[in-house]
Amino acid sequence: MGIVEHRFGENVLTTSIDNLVNWARKSALWPMTFGLACCAIEMMASGAARYDFDRFGVIFRATPRQSDVMIVAGTVTKKMASVLRKVYDQMPEPRWVIAMGSCATSGGAFKTYSVIQGVDKIVPVDVFVPGCPPRPEALMYGVLKLQEKIQQEKFLRK
Amino acid sequence: METKELILNMGPQHPSTHGVLRLILSLNGETIVHSVPDIGYLHRGIEKLAENRTYLQFLPITDRLDYIAAFPNNLAYCQTVEKLMGLEVPPRAQYIRVILTELNRISSHLVWLATHALDIGAMTVFLYCFRERETILDLFEMATGARMTFSFFRFGGVADDLPREFIPKAREFLEAFPACIADYEALLTKNRIWLARTRNVAVISAEDGINLGMSGPSLRGSGVKWDIRRAAPYAIYDQLDFEIPVGQNGDVYDRYLVRVEEMRQSSRIVRQCLDRIPEGEIRAQVPRAIKPPAGEAYSCVESPKGELGFYIVSDGSERPYRLKVRAPSFVNLESLPVMMKGGLVADVIAAIGSIDIVLGEVDR
Amino acid sequence: MSAEHSEQSEQVEGLPDSCKNLIARLRGRFPGAVGEATTLRQCADELTVRVAREQIVEVCHFLKTDPQLAFDYLSDLSGVDYPDREKRFEVVYHLYSIPQGHRVRLKVQVAEGEAVPTVTGVWRTADWHEREAYDLLGIPFEGHPDLRRILLPDDWKGHPLRKEYPLAGYDGD
Repeated sequence: MGIVEHRFGENVLTTSIDNLVNWARKSALWPMTFGLACCAIEMMASGAARYDFDRFGVIFRATPRQSDVMIVAGTVTKKMASVLRKVYDQMPEPRWVIAMGSCATSGGAFKTYSVIQGVDKIVPVDVFVPGCPPRPEALMYGVLKLQEKIQQEKFLRK
Repeated sequence: METKELILNMGPQHPSTHGVLRLILSLNGETIVHSVPDIGYLHRGIEKLAENRTYLQFLPITDRLDYIAAFPNNLAYCQTVEKLMGLEVPPRAQYIRVILTELNRISSHLVWLATHALDIGAMTVFLYCFRERETILDLFEMATGARMTFSFFRFGGVADDLPREFIPKAREFLEAFPACIADYEALLTKNRIWLARTRNVAVISAEDGINLGMSGPSLRGSGVKWDIRRAAPYAIYDQLDFEIPVGQNGDVYDRYLVRVEEMRQSSRIVRQCLDRIPEGEIRAQVPRAIKPPAGEAYSCVESPKGELGFYIVSDGSERPYRLKVRAPSFVNLESLPVMMKGGLVADVIAAIGSIDIVLGEVDR
Repeated sequence: MSAEHSEQSEQVEGLPDSCKNLIARLRGRFPGAVGEATTLRQCADELTVRVAREQIVEVCHFLKTDPQLAFDYLSDLSGVDYPDREKRFEVVYHLYSIPQGHRVRLKVQVAEGEAVPTVTGVWRTADWHEREAYDLLGIPFEGHPDLRRILLPDDWKGHPLRKEYPLAGYDGD
């Protein structure tokens, strides 16, 4: 880096490609609104006036083709499982998954015949957010944790 | 030239189906010939779960039926168990129940208005409504510690008294709220786009509505003046002064007007309760183990969606033998194909929004 | 159980006239089909009437069209499973009259595999309720226009609300 340093004034930063790309990816995480149950309402509240998710570059998209992260907000039943997987498969890579709330994490209060005991049985999960339902602050913390995780990813040198 | 009918699959993952509703639409051009709702994508086995939980353990599960309005669920369930056991609820507890339930009706209608307007394309209303809803949720949090899933009512009363700062804060909200409703109405009620999207859309007659088992604001939009708070008063509703708004045409617009007016009437009820709330006990003497005598009871309340009832069969043990939830959203949804027949495909989301369903309650 | 029921039957005498009137009218019209009437304590809205399976549609039709009774609203329809009884299932109808403001509960007993005549012809709302009872308890409804599973997937095995069905299902996730 010795040659370029101090040659272009203060408007130039030097960094690695990994850092640059990760920074870009984490700063505009567009979630797929996979609202299923109670948690979906808290997810909506996170996007609304008081909590204002846009501050983190988080803008909800209604289609998997345009989204980077799927927030599974609610109980996943056996009837819904194949739909969830299909939507996940439609998302372009790189993609991440946040399991929001107890139901998506582990089935929560519903250990019954029709409920999948944790969405990680269907799709790989990056961040689990506990709560029933988690407060918007908790979901925000989950998204920030995901940003931390993305920042540490290495895709050029495995 | 002959064209084939087009089958359009809407949902279960669609931003405007208010959850995981799936509709299979048969279209002739833009016109809906036939539609079949497919539900059960959120069937969590709640009724089976009830048979395996004690009466008290099941209380938190009722929050998760209609998660937008958890207090009416708590109330309907507690009321049914109280009926089975023959429990009397002290007056102060009744007042606390009604205050919270009516505030919850307002917050539920706010979520409905926010999402319904957003579906049709009015983004500002969404942000406004959620702003006011947060104020109500602050009140709930102050009283119960939770924002949405409260489990606050108990058999024979409520879990705790209202904190001292609750009543002034609630009054503050009620002072500010009429201006907020005026704002929503200024944005929508005479808005040409709103009128074009909602008037004479998804019409249902009173006769069809009753035959299809509709209840709540969805039925009152068709002009049926039937509200369980008046027809069979529970808690303290017989002592309160309020109007039952009804519509005339049974279209999306009338159902909108009814719900907006209901928010005003609920504010009125809360104000009366705050003025009159008596001092005293908040819980009746209740045995430690809840074991209702063998028998069965059905009790219903007017939830923000309609007639919400619980039918409980007790065999004398600490677990319900059978518990059936009469969910208003489930029954109201049944009328959707009737409403939409002959309508346009773009009106489907207006129709869904106007019957205000919650899938947690539809699928149980 | 029967002793308890007969004790409750006597209490019907102490009930408001509307209930006695209802039972009298029903018994007068359907002498053989209307069984015992019971209630929970003195609650007028907890009147329960047992009806013979074969005549449930006629009874419902009468209750709906009779101007004094006018049960124009089917509030709820559900099934209850009693595996120890000879006739295993009970189908429970909750009726309400919007003009009169009164309620009644009808009960029909049905054995495993026996079909209950559908009341979709009386109240259209019965459609989904009956599908749900079929889905979760496996009670067939005769004459139903579209008897399919409603909540569970079409290829589901078993009926979860039956008492022998385990809470976590058979494949135990």
